[in-house]
Amino acid sequence: MSTVAFLIASAVKVTVMVTVVLMGVAWSTWLERKLLGHFQHRIGPNMAGPYGLLQPIADAVKLIFKEDIVPDKAERIMYALAPIISFIPALLTFAVIPVGRTLTIFDQQIEMVISDLNIGILFVFAVTSLGVYGIVLAGWSAGSKYSLLGGIRSSAQMISYEIAYGLSIIGVILLANTLSMVELVEQQNGLFNWFIFRQPLGFVLFVVCAVAETNRSPFDLPEAESELVAGYLTEYSSMRYSLFFMAEYANMIAVSSVATTIFLGGWQGPFLPPVVWFGIKVFLFMCFYIWIRATLPRLRYDMLMNFGWKVLFPLALANVMVTAFLQRL
Amino acid sequence: MEIMFDFVKTIFIAFAKGFYTTFKHLFKKPVTLQYPKEKQPMAPRYRGLHYLEKYDDGSERCVCCGLCAAACPADAIYMEPAENEKGERYSRVYEINLLRCIYCGFCEEACPEEAIFLGHEYEFSNDSRESFIYTKEQMLANRPTREKPFKQIIRKARRIF
Repeated sequence: MSTVAFLIASAVKVTVMVTVVLMGVAWSTWLERKLLGHFQHRIGPNMAGPYGLLQPIADAVKLIFKEDIVPDKAERIMYALAPIISFIPALLTFAVIPVGRTLTIFDQQIEMVISDLNIGILFVFAVTSLGVYGIVLAGWSAGSKYSLLGGIRSSAQMISYEIAYGLSIIGVILLANTLSMVELVEQQNGLFNWFIFRQPLGFVLFVVCAVAETNRSPFDLPEAESELVAGYLTEYSSMRYSLFFMAEYANMIAVSSVATTIFLGGWQGPFLPPVVWFGIKVFLFMCFYIWIRATLPRLRYDMLMNFGWKVLFPLALANVMVTAFLQRL
Repeated sequence: MEIMFDFVKTIFIAFAKGFYTTFKHLFKKPVTLQYPKEKQPMAPRYRGLHYLEKYDDGSERCVCCGLCAAACPADAIYMEPAENEKGERYSRVYEINLLRCIYCGFCEEACPEEAIFLGHEYEFSNDSRESFIYTKEQMLANRPTREKPFKQIIRKARRIF
């Protein structure tokens, strides 16, 4: 593939990916409110457009026109930087996620992934962990006790879950013998080759850790409304606030995409085109996320720590050991 | 080992139950009422905005005896009596301060002429204090239209109290 073609293809792929993800972020807020509403016998947004579908646009317009407040005690540079730091890593994950088969256009082989890194999974986990810096810096720089408490909780939580998170997919890597996301998906042709069936415990651990990693309920301690006002978000307003929200939802979509790619067969599926299968799987995983939020109450802080270190970590280790042993047989 | 297994089973069942419960509720009909468009039917005994009743020939029932004002625990009623050309007593001024009124319905109970009632209307917010002085003309105009003759309504009201 010539350099020019590569550059054009990459530019197009990046543009499309970012656009789709940002749209997904906007409408996953709608999906969450709608689904959560129906879980609680409410209707959810229904005024802006049919079924309230234009609600994200109304929200965006409202947030842009809000006043941007910077507290007097804030560290101004870090305060301005924190939302960006938390938002960019959420988008970076999508660089290594394959969404379809290799296409052939104008005699050019175009892979349906922005970059087929041979260490794809490692990249995903490295980048996801960066997100914690945004939250910690936001909590620290705002100069408010609630923000600081939220930031501390967030860092403690993310560090304790990172280990189990990383270990939960080592089983898959042992089975697949590769770190590349593209190859992982290719190995999952056929329903029973999906890693969810070959690594059920690994999948459960992955989901639990992913929920903790994205600070979603029942592990949404950093922004626990009932105790910390809004945690690290307390002092933020306007577009900066919405950047954090976008980061949260982008992270949710990213984690759903990673789960789909690693455990649920990626774009593999019969009849429908690969991209559609990928979309369906990610959508269902997002719905599951919201379902969790509608079902489980928030954990207490010490329960969370105990759960992370005394349950998830040993289980993940045991899973790795058993998988390695069986693989060696 | 046995204990571990039981523990895992218990946890699994608990989670399954919880998720099943919320899933069930996802398909139930929402209870939301689209308020300005849809309204909750009011209970017959609901005590809302007052109205003054008239005789069937169109003359006012109120004779300005002052019992309602006397019964009013919030001291919200102000009235001035007068005589019409036939020599009948009527209220020249009848005002209720809706900001003082506690909607207890004692005026309704006290009234010997079955003239004042508390209706079902509850949407009368406003942005000036003066507008909450509720005059006699407004109270007469607020009388709900009804098919049944007034006597039956009275009988129903008597049964309630």
